[in-house]
Amino acid sequence: MENLMANFNYVIVVVLMMIGLWSMLAQKNLIKKCIGMAIFQTGIILFFISIGAKDNALVPILAEAANHTYAVPDVAKIANPLTQILMLTAIVVGVATLGVGLALAQKIYQQHSSFDEDEILENQRK
Amino acid sequence: MREQLPIVIILGPLLGAVLAAFTGWFRPKLSHPLVVVGLAISFAAALKLVFIVAAVGAQEYWLGGWGTKPGHGVVGIQITVDHLNTLLLAAVSGIALLTALYTKRLVDTELAGRQRYFYALFSLLVTGLLGITITGDIFNLYVFMEIAALSSYALIAYGRGRAYMAAFNYLIMGTMGACLYLLGVGFVFAKTGTLNIDDVSAIVPALGQSQALFVGFVLILLGAWAKMAFFPFHGWLPNAYAHAPTASAALLAPLATKVAVYTMLRVMVTVYSIDYINHSPGIQSAVLYLSSIAIVVASFFSLTQTNLKKLASYIVLSEIGYMVGGAWLANKPGLTGAMVHVVADAAMTSALFMAIGCIVYRLGQAQLDDLKGVFFKMPVTMAAFVVTMAALIGVPPTCGFFSKWYLIQGAAQAGVWHFVVALLLSSLVKAIILFRIIEIGYNRVPHPAIEGNPAIPRNEAPLSMLIPTVAMALGLIALGLGTSTLVNTIITKALPAALTP
Repeated sequence: MENLMANFNYVIVVVLMMIGLWSMLAQKNLIKKCIGMAIFQTGIILFFISIGAKDNALVPILAEAANHTYAVPDVAKIANPLTQILMLTAIVVGVATLGVGLALAQKIYQQHSSFDEDEILENQRK
Repeated sequence: MREQLPIVIILGPLLGAVLAAFTGWFRPKLSHPLVVVGLAISFAAALKLVFIVAAVGAQEYWLGGWGTKPGHGVVGIQITVDHLNTLLLAAVSGIALLTALYTKRLVDTELAGRQRYFYALFSLLVTGLLGITITGDIFNLYVFMEIAALSSYALIAYGRGRAYMAAFNYLIMGTMGACLYLLGVGFVFAKTGTLNIDDVSAIVPALGQSQALFVGFVLILLGAWAKMAFFPFHGWLPNAYAHAPTASAALLAPLATKVAVYTMLRVMVTVYSIDYINHSPGIQSAVLYLSSIAIVVASFFSLTQTNLKKLASYIVLSEIGYMVGGAWLANKPGLTGAMVHVVADAAMTSALFMAIGCIVYRLGQAQLDDLKGVFFKMPVTMAAFVVTMAALIGVPPTCGFFSKWYLIQGAAQAGVWHFVVALLLSSLVKAIILFRIIEIGYNRVPHPAIEGNPAIPRNEAPLSMLIPTVAMALGLIALGLGTSTLVNTIITKALPAALTP
């Protein structure tokens, strides 16, 4: 229990991903599927940020870096900037995917006047 | 120049895509030639690299010159051309080039007025696929995966009507796969602190049986499986490829799934080591059973289809079982078979969809019943089709025979008999399909000479489609005859050292 409390962010990550995965796979409404997708991606973003976070860490920017004259400080005290940069990319990818998903949902709605998967499949069978 | 070759492979189609999209505003006619030139440059570079890799060994390239810095380890993104990916790079760029030439007429009729967007997306998809294959960085691989995926959703949605729903289902499944992959990358990064494939593979053995690494491995594999439509994640594929425009399907079906299989091979062979699989026999045998089920179920579904495009999609599904199963046999002939089959199957599926495209172009539809008399109408196309089906069945000397031979050898060596049975059964089913099509195409019309009917007029597909189709079908035989050379000079060296005696 103590372990869980200390790592509560990971608990939230798991909860978010479960909600996302469930609504991607089990929901019948196309928009809810898209929302689930966004929640799932948010869970992953939070996961990456969590593994890069560190208590009382230094900012990973060194003023003298340009001319390579700095002495390398204790790496263990510097926060890892890489996870945040990776997630910047992942956010962009997520937005693009969500955009394409919603555009497709809109096209489907124009055809069938419905977001409900069962109704659409019923319509297509006719 | 030689050290710049790896990046040229990606830059060709990327610049082609950007230029095609922008020049499209004022010169729509320019977009097709621009894309073809980009792909041709990419193919030339990939072909040259095959010879360089065979002669000297792996070639590396650091993007922006950000290589390793003393005291810092890896700081840049690496792209590598080695024995594992060089053949696939040549295959992807070569097939893409032929398909681009082939689709000109199809796109002009099927997607009139939207050609420039189509070619921009086409080229972008190829960029993504080549990027996945060439990159030496597991996060970069995710980005290329999404570039390829986003363009393929759009390419499928061009089919309109039912294609929208098919594309939406693919989007949900594909995003789930990519997210699982990314989550796996997170576990690997948390444990090793690096994303560079060479670096990770150097660190992984030192960490021993780490549970976090194992979870990462499983998540990455699940992601790759969702992307390649491996059983039980296969639901999206048949609809997506059957309702997509023929021109999109001709590019997507041969390449998209094969590159996902390559991702799995790369993760199994290089990022983690093959020992990882040998240390978990429970998972290994489960995956082998899944592959056999995938092959058998997909084969029987293909038998029940009445639509030619759907039938071909189910054939693609069964072929995926071959490659996953071969890789998970984790012995020398099995892995060799999987690696040969990735290239061979890309060529076979491409030839199959090209032939189907020619038929659809002339007949307007792709129901099996419409094929009556097609052998008289389009003899050259159907000859290419029969050669392709023979390759899929595994008739020597086509490439399908040799890869299947390695796979069966591997399965026998590992004693996995259900996989052997599945492979043979799938060949049998494809033979039945071929004979059914021959029966419909030849015999379900009164023979002109006997019945005194007017002869069925020859109505071949246009030459711009026919030449790539025939070239691809001949390529299947050439690839078959060259298999032993390729295996000896390139693929054997891609196998993990632990396996090569």
